Amino acid sequence: MVRSIWRTLDLSVVRNVSPIALTAFVTGASFGAIAVAAHISVALVCAMSLLVFAGGSQFMVVGIVAAGGSPIAAVVAGLLLNARHLPFGLAMGDLLGRKLAARIVGSHILIDESVAFAMAQGDRKKAKAAFWTCGLALFLTWNTGTLVGALIGQVIGDPNRFGMDAAFPAAMLALILPALKDKVTLRVAVLGAAVAVATTPLLPPGIPVVLAALGVVAALPTRRKVTA
Amino acid sequence: MTLTVVLALAAGTYGIRFAGPQLRNRITVPPRVQMLLSMAATALLLALVAVNAFVPGGKFGGWALLAGVGVGGIAAWRKVPFVLVVLVAAGTTAVLRLFGVA
Repeated sequence: MVRSIWRTLDLSVVRNVSPIALTAFVTGASFGAIAVAAHISVALVCAMSLLVFAGGSQFMVVGIVAAGGSPIAAVVAGLLLNARHLPFGLAMGDLLGRKLAARIVGSHILIDESVAFAMAQGDRKKAKAAFWTCGLALFLTWNTGTLVGALIGQVIGDPNRFGMDAAFPAAMLALILPALKDKVTLRVAVLGAAVAVATTPLLPPGIPVVLAALGVVAALPTRRKVTA
Repeated sequence: MTLTVVLALAAGTYGIRFAGPQLRNRITVPPRVQMLLSMAATALLLALVAVNAFVPGGKFGGWALLAGVGVGGIAAWRKVPFVLVVLVAAGTTAVLRLFGVA
């Protein structure tokens, strides 16, 4: 299967994945540094990046535990933040592969970036190649970044100094812009994003993004037109 | 922080990720629902963009961040290569912060 991915892989995907992979490396390094500073062992920090592989929830759980919060509350908060991966998986479907082994491995690299890259492709074959390339590349850089950050720690400092926090949303926006050319999709997405931003101050982190799915009500008027 | 916390978060996260594709493979989804699912996924991605640009961490993230994402968005809209979109976004925010814009 890996061979067939390489065959369909065009260079533009590799070129486009690289800046995101680099961002993941820098952010992973800052995660490693912050976690070690919170008195977590290098081995445990690396295990976390390897096994969880969801940056936002990792920062959150380390933050809550370091601030003296309860471990159970930290895990629940982290899982709420990751709840969006369920609808992402539903949308990806068998893009991960039909074989169970492919789905077992593919599920672990089902992250925001691999989903966005897959959805930005024209056809299924390219989408599949983009999903795997992006997911595997980020798995590699996120984990090496974590290790480097955990070892050399404080040298890196605050990654937001380099605007790393702007890189992620800008990249995601660039990836979904083509899909937003469709008027109905645009309506759905804008309504969903508005719901998410409006409910962010009120709800636990993660839930507002999932609520964005409610935006599909904006697609229902056209359905009536189609069926009529 | 203990290994138990890491394992619980890892197992839960993996379960969430595994459930989606698994569910989708078990049921036949009509094309209409398939289209709505893909629209919902796009809505979730735009929501991620909006939340991370406007209210990361639950409150306003500052003008430097917003300007960086905005400039990146305009660059993407003007069909600037993806690599440059990411660099321009991060660069704008970094430079603004260097000059003391929050």
